[in-house]
Amino acid sequence: MGLFKKKAPLKYDRPRDESISHVFKKGNTITKLSFLVFGLGNIMNKQIARGLIFLVLEILYFVYMILFGIGAIGDFLTLGTVEQGQVYNEALGIYEYSMGDNSMLCLLYGVITIVLTIAIIFLACMSAKSAYCTQVRIAKGQHIPTFRDDIRSLKEENLHAFLLALPIIGILVFTIVPLVFMILIAFTSYDHEHQPPGSLFSWVGLENFRSLVASTGSLAKTFWPVLGWTLIWAVSATVTCYILGLLLALLINRKDTKGKGFWRFMFVLSVAVPQFVTLLTMRTIFNANGPVNVLLREIGIIGATESIPFFTDPLLAKITIICINIWIGVPFTMLSTTGILQNIPADLYEAAKIDGASAPVIFRKITLPYMLFVMTPNLITSFTGNINNFNVIFLLSGGGPDSLDYYFAGKTDLLVTWLYKLTITQKDYNLGAVIGILVFIILATLSLLTYHRTGAYKDEGAFQ
Amino acid sequence: MRAKRKITNAACYVLLTVLSIIWVLPILFVILTSFREEGGSYKTYIMPKGYTLNNYKELILGINSNISGGTSIDFTRWFFNTLIIAIFSTLLSAFFVLCVSFVMSRLRFKMRKKFLNIAMILGMFPGFMSMIAVYYILKGLGLLETGVLKQLSLVLVYSGGAGLGFYMAKGFFDTIPKSIDEAAFIDGATKWDTFTKITIPLSKPIITYTLLTSFMGPWVDYIFAKVIMGNDTEYYTIAIGLWTMLEKEYVDYYYTQFYAGCVLISIPIAIVFLLSQSCYVEGVSGAVKG
Repeated sequence: MGLFKKKAPLKYDRPRDESISHVFKKGNTITKLSFLVFGLGNIMNKQIARGLIFLVLEILYFVYMILFGIGAIGDFLTLGTVEQGQVYNEALGIYEYSMGDNSMLCLLYGVITIVLTIAIIFLACMSAKSAYCTQVRIAKGQHIPTFRDDIRSLKEENLHAFLLALPIIGILVFTIVPLVFMILIAFTSYDHEHQPPGSLFSWVGLENFRSLVASTGSLAKTFWPVLGWTLIWAVSATVTCYILGLLLALLINRKDTKGKGFWRFMFVLSVAVPQFVTLLTMRTIFNANGPVNVLLREIGIIGATESIPFFTDPLLAKITIICINIWIGVPFTMLSTTGILQNIPADLYEAAKIDGASAPVIFRKITLPYMLFVMTPNLITSFTGNINNFNVIFLLSGGGPDSLDYYFAGKTDLLVTWLYKLTITQKDYNLGAVIGILVFIILATLSLLTYHRTGAYKDEGAFQ
Repeated sequence: MRAKRKITNAACYVLLTVLSIIWVLPILFVILTSFREEGGSYKTYIMPKGYTLNNYKELILGINSNISGGTSIDFTRWFFNTLIIAIFSTLLSAFFVLCVSFVMSRLRFKMRKKFLNIAMILGMFPGFMSMIAVYYILKGLGLLETGVLKQLSLVLVYSGGAGLGFYMAKGFFDTIPKSIDEAAFIDGATKWDTFTKITIPLSKPIITYTLLTSFMGPWVDYIFAKVIMGNDTEYYTIAIGLWTMLEKEYVDYYYTQFYAGCVLISIPIAIVFLLSQSCYVEGVSGAVKG
């Protein structure tokens, strides 16, 4: 029977209400003091190790704040005051650079300090709660958990904390802190003219948003057309890939089609090849001197030296990209719809056939509504995926052809590729951040809609 | 009636054949060009005049790999760079994903709902919006000093936020019957025991799927690798390396070798992809069986 080692049953329980306001109402002086002197309540009640960990973390935080943090908060508010300058060194007879403030670092350290401060407030609450738990247990005459019990609890009631610690640190450092940092940059003047350490940038409020969105803004002439094309692209890419992929899946799944596995394999092959390989290949294939133009010349549709400007004519470039995206996306849809198609109740089709419905009518009246019903959430996910579809645009056309009407954007640039150009090439970080926030707002609205749809869908599913 | 059916059948087969050709031709073009004997980039014809294995040989041995003053093309090295980065980031992100999805699926605690909501919101920001900030954080940590450290930071970038991609695995864990866990609790198991001795052994398909999908990431990522590696060609991954070969100053030398490189990395990636697909199907159907 001994698959698992029997452990001693729990000798203590947690207080029923652990909210911080309750702790302050019911806690004694030591418990309340634990909010300021971390671990006090634990140390006083023989939980030395636990208390010391709290205390050491608090001391470390204050050492950090005194040495560095307070200055960092000050710099965060001003984003640096001393500009890098040149000082004439008479002894050497040359100009020397004097160290100025680096606004970028001021902002970054400010964000880090704020995150640490939030963490320490969290820790203060934990310390007070922990002291309160001990207080309650003493009052009830229960066993006070030793440090060994604490360690053991990581495998049981605190397993979530143990397992989540590392992943959350990863998410914090590589997702949340950078995101907060970029959101803050949207409210500064961190553009190509204000590049630290050479010069400072400062807080400008909503200025950047205004210049992008307002009709009088300097960048509105770029923003609105790019947004328009992004939406057109996302809708057409999603719809074409979905409908055509569905038709292909139907074609392969027809009762009379033989060698289903073979046909499926022919299309899956293009999915299996890494996407950047297919995209770069497509770019060369549709190049001015690429195979497609060569073929057209040989057939004689265009002259021997002519070429069709697949990527250099604005309108044609858009059409080319949507077509190439069909090539890429259709096999994906085929893969994901095949299983669902097989689940459509066969009696629906039989009934339709008895009523004399033709194949197109069956598709329109049965297959499509059924698939849309089941796959609406997937469709919205792929729509949001297409709004952020960086790879296809960047690797195919690079956003080109460039346009003089636009501010560093080409005619096929999506908001995300424009964001990339503004940050990487143009170093207008503030504008890039604003675009990121606007994309987020669009996606958040859509996802809320999805959420409601899935809620409705679940209810309906429960009915059947 | 039968004649009509035959005609529809024939039409369907013709359509499928034409479509298959359209979908296979570009891949065929890649393979053909990788064996093309004539160097140079674009030609005025499509079918190569002669075939050779030299493109592969030169690519792997690194012959012709130093253009004066340019980037050195070292395919073999790039391959192993990518392999190492892929292995480490796969292990790390699989660990993160399994931990988070187990916690979200099996444990109930106060912050759970909040965590799920935050994860959903974070997923809506464009991924590389924070790229610049990540770059500066890594720089601040001193992780961009040498090439090896840059590789380490790439591993961290690929796996750092992996914990957010827990939906698939959580969905799978949700379908493992809770009664198995409860039986173990009666035998005196801790929750940790149910994680290591019950959930993980029962989840081979989804673990393989997680491993394979995160293994593919570093092979196909272009943007982050480029931003972090900069001009350190020695430490490039395959994707940036291949991209470099198509740049204007190299395209005449490396056009055919580029395609040889594409074929060489497409084969393992295609195998990994097909494997992950079968695991995906197995995972979902296995879940239904319970």
